[in-house]
Parts: sequence; structure tokens; C-alpha cells
Amino acid sequence: MRWLRRNLVVIFGLGTLAYMILPNVVVTVFSFNNPAGRFNYAWQEFSLDAWKDPCGVADLCGSLSLSLQIAVWATLGATVLGTAIAFALVRYRFRARGAVNSLIFLPMAMPEIVMAASLLALFLNMGIQLGFWTILIAHIMFCLSFVVAAVKARVLSMDPRLEEAARDLYAGPVQTFLRVTLPIAAPGIAAGALLSFALSFDDFIITNFNSGNTVTFPMFVWGSAQRGTPVQINVIGTAMFVIAVLVVLVGQMVGNRRKNAQPK
Amino acid sequence: MTDKTAGGDVRLAGISKHYGSFTAVHPLDLTIPQGSFFALLGASGCGKTTTLRMIAGLEEPSTGTVSLGEREVTHLPPYKRPVNTVFQSYALFPHLDIYENVAFGLRRRGIKSVKKQVEDMLELVELGQFAQRKPHQLSGGQQQRVAVARALVNHPQVLLLDEPLGALDLKLRRQMQLELKRIQTEVGITFVHVTHDQEEAMTMADTVAVMNGGRVEQLGAPAELYENPKTTFVANFLGTSNLIEAEVLEAGGSDVLVGSADARLRLPAARCSTTPTAGGKLLVGVRPEKISLVHAADEDTVAAGRNKVRGTISASSFIGVSTQYVIDSPVCPELEVYVQNIERDARLVPGAEVVLHWNPEHTFGLDAAQDIDAGIETVEEGA
Repeated sequence: MRWLRRNLVVIFGLGTLAYMILPNVVVTVFSFNNPAGRFNYAWQEFSLDAWKDPCGVADLCGSLSLSLQIAVWATLGATVLGTAIAFALVRYRFRARGAVNSLIFLPMAMPEIVMAASLLALFLNMGIQLGFWTILIAHIMFCLSFVVAAVKARVLSMDPRLEEAARDLYAGPVQTFLRVTLPIAAPGIAAGALLSFALSFDDFIITNFNSGNTVTFPMFVWGSAQRGTPVQINVIGTAMFVIAVLVVLVGQMVGNRRKNAQPK
Repeated sequence: MTDKTAGGDVRLAGISKHYGSFTAVHPLDLTIPQGSFFALLGASGCGKTTTLRMIAGLEEPSTGTVSLGEREVTHLPPYKRPVNTVFQSYALFPHLDIYENVAFGLRRRGIKSVKKQVEDMLELVELGQFAQRKPHQLSGGQQQRVAVARALVNHPQVLLLDEPLGALDLKLRRQMQLELKRIQTEVGITFVHVTHDQEEAMTMADTVAVMNGGRVEQLGAPAELYENPKTTFVANFLGTSNLIEAEVLEAGGSDVLVGSADARLRLPAARCSTTPTAGGKLLVGVRPEKISLVHAADEDTVAAGRNKVRGTISASSFIGVSTQYVIDSPVCPELEVYVQNIERDARLVPGAEVVLHWNPEHTFGLDAAQDIDAGIETVEEGA
């Protein structure tokens, strides 16, 4: 009983972790499956076929590459715009600042399906051809609020004296921004960018409404799920998971090495 | 270390600062001689930091000019002024190590070989072995020294210090006061130091400007300010003063005779900040350590010619080197007296009748039209 009480937090922690990781484990395990029919829902036998030929399903790698492209551009656009907005909101007093401050978080609060439908109506009324560009515009829009939230928090907690100190130490406005402001805001900007990438890459609802004939990876998965699920989808999913984990690990290792790099 | 030809005094001519309808600094003229250690002393909100920021260029004056030597710099941005600042919270760059923090100013000015200068400067503040650390890995006192090094490495004409010791504990503060004084003597640069700690200002500075409500109340050497306060604010803010409301009985000679209750007190006319006229009011001041205390039974031992006041001890506290008494007297309900513990009179306990006496030369006179309690609340600093 006492043992239980002492280790309750650890048990809860491990339980939660298992809860979160279990789906990934299933995906990974089934990426080595050799399913009997068109659906990859029951374990048959171990096979490396799908791993050897990840692009073996028609259109899969095309949609994957499209999704990656959109994710990269959406991340770039949303990060640059969102960072600028965040700085403007924290640093400058302008008319309608309060309104902008709350409106910027509207995309976060609004049901995605509503936004998707309204965007479609907007694009159709403006006569814009649906496709890569409409998807990109929509993605940048809903990623923006996340970037603004992340960067704003960072800029708010930043001591304005740091920039004054830089100016006092012979750094002009540009140097001050590049040497002090940006490096200190960087973790917030990076967090916003990572979130944007993840959100854009796996967005389905808004993309589905505004893509026209273009097919992104989530749409491909959805579409194929109607007719059967190729093992390659699990392969791509597993690969994404492994890459993400590796990125986090490398990031932490670099951080740790930097911390331990001083003498004594 | 400074380039003497480029040096010169800091001159503030009629500078003021308004924020909307609020006036932070009233038009102010101030000359800070080159190479001096100058302190701007005052309670928070008195305009001392704003004045400092106007010298740094971080705040643009509403009126007036700032000059360094012959050069007017009023409208130069901070990065074009030969002036550096040690900020209140140090404002060390958290993403750079100590070496790069110190090298920052040199690099921005395009100096290629910074190694020697940075290392020498880190030696001066005794932080040579910490060059590779990040600011958050240092203690408060060490961070403070980095902030000083980061500013001084640029050999500014003037070093501005904005409450640089405010975040340190008392013992460390005393240590850093001496340290800063040593560095200032060593480098010979003009230091302008903003502080709310009167003891700090008096220990370190050659000249102190006491500020109150956006104005300089009085300017002078620490001893002069202490001995000859010109306003009640200065009298109360710098140390403790006993201020007695009195009526002028005789004026015009070299001494002024005043009366308060049954006491008759003399003071030199030269030590009055106003011209006393017979029948007028005057605030008579004397510092607690100038007063001697005898038991009422020994009143006849007091030499003739000394100022005498009778009273009753209402409280006493023993603090090692001295004993502090509070005396209830007809002239003032709370007179403070500090007596050195040389030969303690066992009769001097609360309730005892006593006679206070002091040399008339140690008495000063202030204009009675002022608030007698000005500056009192702020004597005890918050830290």
C-alpha cells in the first residue's frame, strides 16, 4: 500500500504515456503486416514488402510530396506573418489593437468545418480556381493564430531592457533585432513553426473543401480507406513518427551538449 | 583609459521630460564634472532614472539639451553616444555567454580583435574563469560585475549606473560599493549613479544631487549635504534630523536666537537656508549624534553657551556601538538622540528626566514654510 502511494505519480505517468503511444505502436506493427484482403486491420504475417516499396500504391507518394510542399510553404508563410503580427501586438499601440488581438484567435476557436465551408464560399464567389494555392492560403490562415500565440508569449516575457542594452552598446535598430530580439524570440518562433507544420500536414477538413481536384496525403488516406487500406500508409505514418522522435532527440542532445560545454 | 581629448563634462541645460500631462523631470540644469563619481539620489518616481535615460539617449528630453564636453548629443540615438549603461536588472543577453556579452559593444563598432580587451576587462572584474558561462549560471553579484564589464570595455566617456546594486543583498551591496569605487578610481571615467539608498550615495559619490518630485533639491558633497541640508526633504532623506518648530526672537547678528516652548536656542545665521526675521518662524534642525544627554539631576554640569532642551526618555534601544533614545520634550514630541556607548549612565532609562545639549554650531535653520515631514517615509528603503 505504501509502495503504491509512493509510486502513484510514476504509475499514472507511465499509464498516460502508454495511452498516448499505443496508437503509434499499432501503426508501426501493422506496417510490417502482409494483409490477406484489401484492409490492413487484422494481423496475418510479418513482411517487409511495404517498407521495400513505400511508393508502391498509385498516387500515394505524389500526395505525400504535395502535402510536404504545402506544409513547408504554409509553415514559412504563417511563421513570417505570425511573428510580425505578434511583435506588432506586443510592441506597438495602434488603433484596433484590441480587436486584432482577439480576432487573431478566431480561427482557433471556430469549428473547422464552418471555416472550411465559408472559405469555399469565399473562393467560389471570387472565382478563384481551387487547388494548390487555395489550400496554401487556407493553411496559412489557420496556422497564423498558433504562431501568433506562441511568439506573443515569448515576446511578452522578454525584458525590454535587453533591446535597450543592445542599443546602448552601439547596435543600430537592424543589429538589435538580428542579434538580440530574434535570437531570444527564436524558441517561440520555432514552436510556432513546428505547430504550423504539423497542423498543415495533417489537415483534412479544410483541405477537403478547398482543394478542387488536388489530393493531399490526408485526403489520400481518407479516400483509400473507403476502398481498402494499403500497408504503405502505415509505413509512411511510422516513418513520420520515427523522424519526429529523432528530431526531438537530436534537438535535446544538442541542447544538453551546449549546457555541458563549459569548463569546470 | 579614456581618451582625454574627447572627454569633458556632462552638461544638462534646461532638460525636462513630460509624459502627457505628467512631468517626470522639471527643467533641470546640471553639470557633472569629468572623472567624478556623481550620484542622483531620490525616492522612486523622483525623476532620477528618467534623467539618467536622457543622458543615455533612451529617452528624448521634452525640452533642453544634453552635451558631452563640447558636443551636443540631445538628438543622437543611444548607439551613437559615447555613453554606456549598467541597467537595473543588468539586462545581460541570456542567449550569449559572458565573453560574448562583454564583447558585444566592441563587435558592434566593428573592432576585429576583441580578445585582449574582453579578457582584460573580465580580469578587472575578477570573472576571467567564467567567460564561457551563460548569465543565468552566475550569481547576482557576478552578473552585476559582468554588466559593469560589458559597459566599461567600450571606454565610454560616461558610465551610467541605474540602481546597479538594488537586487543584491546587504552584505554583497556593501562589497560592490567598494568594488565600483575601486573600478571608478582605476579607470577614471565619469560615473553617474542613480540610487534611492542615501548611504550608498554618500559612501560612493564625490557629489550627490538629491532629487524630489522631478527637481534637484540640493547638490553637493555628501558631508556638506549631511551637515548643511537646505530643505526639510534633504534633512530627513539623508540620515535622520530632529526638526523643531521655533519662533525667531533675535536676528540680524552672526547668531540667531529662537524660542520654542521654554527652550532658548542659538544657531549661526550662516547656517540658515533662509534669512530669519525677528517674530518669524524657523525650523531648527540638529542631527541625533550631535546631541549629548545628561540626567536632569546633573543639569549644572552642562557648559554655558550650549543649546539646552529638557525632556523625558520615552524609549531607548541598545545597538552595540551606540544607544538610540527617543525623547519626549516640550519642543518636539519625538527627539532622537544617538549616544556612543563609552560610559553608560544607568539612570538613563525610559521615564527618566533628562537634559539634551549640543553645540550651537551644529544647529541648522530651515524655512518653516515647508512640510516638516518631507522625505521621512522614504528614509527606510524597501530592500
